[in-house]
Amino acid sequence: MNFDFSEDQKLVQKTARDYLAEHSPLATCRRVLEGKDLYDATLWKGVAEMGWLGAAVPEQYGGAGLGHLEMVLIAEEIGRALAPIPFSSSVYLATEALLLAGSEEQKKKYLPRLATGEVIGTLAMHEGPGDADAASVKARVENGRLTGEKLPVPDGDVAGIALVLVRDGSGLSLVIADLDTSGVTRTSLTSLDPSRSLAKLAFSNVPVETVGAAGKGWELAEKVLDRAAVLMAFEQLGGATRALEITREYAMGRYAFGRPIASFQALKHRFADLYCAIELARSNAYYGAWALSHGNDELPLASCGARISASEAFDLAGEEMIQIHGGVGYTWEYDCHLFFRRAKLLSLTLGSPSEWREKLISRLETRDAA
Amino acid sequence: MDFNDTPEEAAYRTKARAWLSKNAEPIDPNEPAADPLAEREDEKTIQAAKAWQAKKFDEGWACITWPKEYGGQGGTTMQNVIFNQEQARFKTPPNIYTIGHGMLGPTIMTHGTPEQKAKYVKRMARGEEIWCQLFSEPAAGSDLAGLRSSALRDGDDWVINGQKIWSTGAHFSKWGMIVVRTDPNAAKHAGLTYFIIDMESKGIEIRPIKQINGGSGFNEVFFTDARVPDANRLGAVGDGWRVALTTLMNERVAIGAGSAAGGFKNLLKLARDTRRNGRPALQDSAVRQRLADFWVKQQGLKYTGFRTLSALSQGKTPGPEGSIGKAVGAPMAQELAAFAVELQGPLGATRDHAYSVHEALWQNNWLGVPGMRVAGGTDEILKNIIAERVLRLPPEIRLDKDLPFRDIPTGPPHK
Repeated sequence: MNFDFSEDQKLVQKTARDYLAEHSPLATCRRVLEGKDLYDATLWKGVAEMGWLGAAVPEQYGGAGLGHLEMVLIAEEIGRALAPIPFSSSVYLATEALLLAGSEEQKKKYLPRLATGEVIGTLAMHEGPGDADAASVKARVENGRLTGEKLPVPDGDVAGIALVLVRDGSGLSLVIADLDTSGVTRTSLTSLDPSRSLAKLAFSNVPVETVGAAGKGWELAEKVLDRAAVLMAFEQLGGATRALEITREYAMGRYAFGRPIASFQALKHRFADLYCAIELARSNAYYGAWALSHGNDELPLASCGARISASEAFDLAGEEMIQIHGGVGYTWEYDCHLFFRRAKLLSLTLGSPSEWREKLISRLETRDAA
Repeated sequence: MDFNDTPEEAAYRTKARAWLSKNAEPIDPNEPAADPLAEREDEKTIQAAKAWQAKKFDEGWACITWPKEYGGQGGTTMQNVIFNQEQARFKTPPNIYTIGHGMLGPTIMTHGTPEQKAKYVKRMARGEEIWCQLFSEPAAGSDLAGLRSSALRDGDDWVINGQKIWSTGAHFSKWGMIVVRTDPNAAKHAGLTYFIIDMESKGIEIRPIKQINGGSGFNEVFFTDARVPDANRLGAVGDGWRVALTTLMNERVAIGAGSAAGGFKNLLKLARDTRRNGRPALQDSAVRQRLADFWVKQQGLKYTGFRTLSALSQGKTPGPEGSIGKAVGAPMAQELAAFAVELQGPLGATRDHAYSVHEALWQNNWLGVPGMRVAGGTDEILKNIIAERVLRLPPEIRLDKDLPFRDIPTGPPHK
């Protein structure tokens, strides 16, 4: 039994932590949150130079050829830093989709550019409020050209390519679209977390190429989301753990009624509950990482466990961070809202926890019936 | 990251499985899971448990982590875990030695004199005699060091008076380990002493406690001028708290090794077999959301356990973070049981072996789990442990710490 990361993998994580401590302090996140930039381009370039964007991409496609066990630990550090870059969209969604289902030609065409960060990728599934829903996809492809609208699309305003879930002659398919062509209109949406952008993408007669088997788009998107859920769970864990650390530090130094507020049992129990939530999420995420890296058929269940508990843990951490800080926690000046916002954005972006709970039970039923 | 055994662990597992196959019947995985909280302690069961323990001892599978000179195997914690995992696949008598082997044996090995170790530990390993713990008192539970049972020196003996409570298995135990107050003028933690006591001594009365589920796994034990020889003292006079901490640290490991009650598989079956809104409850989305939460939490606990095992496998000692298992598992078990009972509608209010769903498994569970949240450290104490020892938050303010014990305020007497 060795349910732990190797020393080499931990070294990758340490390098990532040190790099981000220097190049992505919380002030970097705040700068994007408060400014006009949609992401921090300098940090994006640095992260690309570190080789993280292509960490799980084989060397023949311009990647570092490491595995997912290294990638999840980098994701955890991205989460700790609240890095204001389109990492999850480009790496967990677009890159994973192409690795999973891209043709040789598509991999050669897109993966090297995604790995260098020269192009940003994303996945466009939703068309309005509510969970993703196979029956209500309206975006259409006819004669290889896409027309329709997608929203919200994570990082859709900064992405150069998007994997899009569409309806075509064979049902639902996943297609890849170049967003820098005429016929594509990008509209930035006001995000709950302005350090990470959301957009509306409108397509009018845009040429696209099918990725994977035509008519299997829904199944393929589900598989991509399962992989992304595990990677995202680590990013959420990183954020939740950092929120706990900062809040602990504050509560130790803040005095009321003649003692540190961290000494009050009402707060100690809140801290203990949060710690338990994070550790359960960590255990579920580890299991997801194992299933992902071994290509194990447990992944459809393991991803649900990782997704649900990491979303709950980070959301809870964001809420408790403000509550335990008290009044200052509600000010723009303190960093609590950075975590509060990011937690909610991440727990909704790949589908809400309730959607994943439903998915989980359906999958358990299928397995039980088999 | 690898779930498989190391080659050494795999070899040990094969050996354990081979021995068990020769000596016990395997459990059919399709059989419904037994009620984990059921109490089975009739004379026949106890005899069967003793025979099984003696067999393990004679053939080299008892008290695996104990040194060989004390009847153990000199093995690793990981080997012990592997043997227990394998044993769980076979029909074997219930383990009535959890307290002796898990907590008291290690305490004697740590603090006992050479004579005490020679006299007690090997016999304990073979399981001919059962041991119980006499710590809690009616007015000293979470605040154990506030205990009031006293021992006064009289020649070569000590004379014990007072009352202990929540003593598991005291009614079939030959030996008990007791902490008593030997100096009421000293500060709370300084006036305690630890003894080994023969439960058949004069002046000891054992009364089973009737629990809310009708069972009686615990006892009240009354001491009226009961005598214990000074040779049975474990550790120095006044050093009882330090000795008791050894027992309590092992308690956390012993309890943490158990698993939460109420299997998810049974719950899924229940949701499929009962109806809500004119269709199987399993099709109701509110039910599905709850089921998912239980599954995710149980998985989280399971893999948290795996992380602990990984630490053990690497030769590390698990720390206070092991409290998560009980701090999360016990309240969850209560929510799960309450949910399962509610799913049954009005019939959920019956606990009738013939008519209730799953032979009243869930009702029995529901009546059992409140005890889990209290035994071996309440939810609140466990959260304090996590807050103070894992997160290093400031300890509770203790108003009684430096007072002579006799001056510590107490509430009005209980009814």
